[in-house]
Amino acid sequence: MTDADIRKAILEELTQIAPDIAPSDVGDGDHLQDDLELDSMDFLNLVSALHKRLGVDIPETDYPKIATLALAVAYLKTRIG
Amino acid sequence: MKWPIIRKDDATRAAANLTQTVRAEFGWDDARKLLDGLPGGGLNIAHEAVDRHVAAGHGDQIAIRWLGKDGDRRDITYAALAADAARFANVLAEHGLQPGARVFALMGRVPELYAAALGTLKAGMTFTPLFAAFGPEPIRSRMEIGEGNVLVTTDALYRKKVAPWRDELASLKLVLTLGDGAVADTCVALRPAMARAADSFDTVRTTAEDMALIHFTSGTTGKPKGAVHVHGAVVAHAATGRFALDLKPGDIYWCTADPGWVTGTSYGIIAPLVNRVTMIVNEAEFDLERWYAILQDEGVQVWYTAPTAIRMLMRAGKDAAKNYDFSKLRFIASVGEPLNPEGVVWGQDVFGTPFHDNWWQTETGGIMIANTADMDIYPGSMGKPLPGIEAGIVSVQDGTVRECKPGEIGELALRPGWPSMMRAYLNEQARFDKCFVGGWYLSGDLALQDKDGYFWFVGRADDLIKSSGHLIGPFEVESALIEHEAIAEAAIIGIPDDTAGEVVKAYVALNPGFEPSETLEREIRGFARKRLGAAVAPREIVFRKELPKTRSGKIMRRLLKARELGLPEGDISTLEADEK
Repeated sequence: MTDADIRKAILEELTQIAPDIAPSDVGDGDHLQDDLELDSMDFLNLVSALHKRLGVDIPETDYPKIATLALAVAYLKTRIG
Repeated sequence: MKWPIIRKDDATRAAANLTQTVRAEFGWDDARKLLDGLPGGGLNIAHEAVDRHVAAGHGDQIAIRWLGKDGDRRDITYAALAADAARFANVLAEHGLQPGARVFALMGRVPELYAAALGTLKAGMTFTPLFAAFGPEPIRSRMEIGEGNVLVTTDALYRKKVAPWRDELASLKLVLTLGDGAVADTCVALRPAMARAADSFDTVRTTAEDMALIHFTSGTTGKPKGAVHVHGAVVAHAATGRFALDLKPGDIYWCTADPGWVTGTSYGIIAPLVNRVTMIVNEAEFDLERWYAILQDEGVQVWYTAPTAIRMLMRAGKDAAKNYDFSKLRFIASVGEPLNPEGVVWGQDVFGTPFHDNWWQTETGGIMIANTADMDIYPGSMGKPLPGIEAGIVSVQDGTVRECKPGEIGELALRPGWPSMMRAYLNEQARFDKCFVGGWYLSGDLALQDKDGYFWFVGRADDLIKSSGHLIGPFEVESALIEHEAIAEAAIIGIPDDTAGEVVKAYVALNPGFEPSETLEREIRGFARKRLGAAVAPREIVFRKELPKTRSGKIMRRLLKARELGLPEGDISTLEADEK
């Protein structure tokens, strides 16, 4: 998958969980919880949606590595087999 | 599975603040002796929390160790906190505000929030914290009910959630903000104002019965209720901090609750400061490794957290904790909803001490029932009433109260009169009166008491939803949903969730001309999140042609929930129109 594919997948799952957010609202460096106001349940739902869609298991200790869109793209790229 | 009782050893019992002897001899007058009172008479929470410690020579002790989300740290001594609170009180006074004015705070866990809370109380005004993740509607409705005169917030929160309706709230005189200054034409920048203000202020001579705090809580019907608490509540904050949380002067203490909720004020500001501990304030949201690192690196001795957070730690497994040293932890407690027995025992395995669950509500102002340091723990139980508290399990029928037998499920009730009991629901005398029947305060929680005297939570007696420890009123969510043009009717229920306890699910019936679709489902969820905020908005929406209703037209949420969970439908004799 290219960076653009991963980015698209994250944005689709993110806006499915939080439909108040438009994909164009999401800056690469925006903190998903602090800036986009996802709460911890949203975040857990996002982790499980990404797991389902991309087959990537994201352990709890890695959550800070997907704290922004840019971080998440980079992290998932290394984890997708 | 039956969980074995966790026994305490003699050394642990002897070291506890609350021993059997203290328990046997306690009266509320003993708790009053833990306080100083204002010099010359009167009682003020801010004085008990901060100023008296400075006067007694503890000004150099750290009151707040603030850990910013970007890695900044700031130590604020009791003397510095006293000065900041005085500056905040002076800012309010300079803007012509008088004792009795209502000050609302809407901000994250930044140092100014603590100065604002204490400065407001010092100035004899009433403090109301709001959760910063609320959407504009819950903020507005609470400020309208509370007739807020002052709002302390950030530029970003103001722009997004307050500016659009600010002019419609006639009571609002002053908005103080932190941040980039982009709203300078309509708001006053807080930091420069505090920097200019004098760092001393004569504490307003409040009495024990003067209003100090308004905490909002949700009702099943109608608008949120503003529970009024008085300065005299500090007697209970002092005693319960000491007894239920085992706080000792000088302890390093971390309460993870946000001051936007009652726990984060009673036990995240007042009780710990009154007991002269050093509070850890973590600005950031939940983060597994950050939390473990704080417990270890800051040498936290007493930790007060919540089941949702504990369950998130548990999800990561014990291995995630094994490289940390938690040997400083002496006492750990949990509140918000019952902690599963697994969680209690997990505390024992990972932290070397079980979680001590306790129970209280916005209305009770402080912890009422608790597993205390000297008690054996029955995992899953909320513990026993604290000294000075009489609790019972009652059954109310036609206005008559009957006390239940051990093991019988009834409503958890308390004998009124403890110092932190709410004094009113703001402007809602009838709703307040309904809480008191036959000499008892009725909590709305169903529970039972076992033969050993331990209390066990069973469920809510009403339709309120407990999600991540926060009470959510279905009416408030339904009201926001029916503002959407597609929605004719809405019903909200809580459905069980492994992490949050319950999550909010909505059933909606559409107006003519609208058809159910995935796009509409998303649009409605987005609409609700924008108005209510993520913590309150439904996570799931299902469409129905019709919602089940009684003859009088009341939607039967209980029936929707029973069906959702596959439980017996119970009495449906009043059902007029069924779900379709």
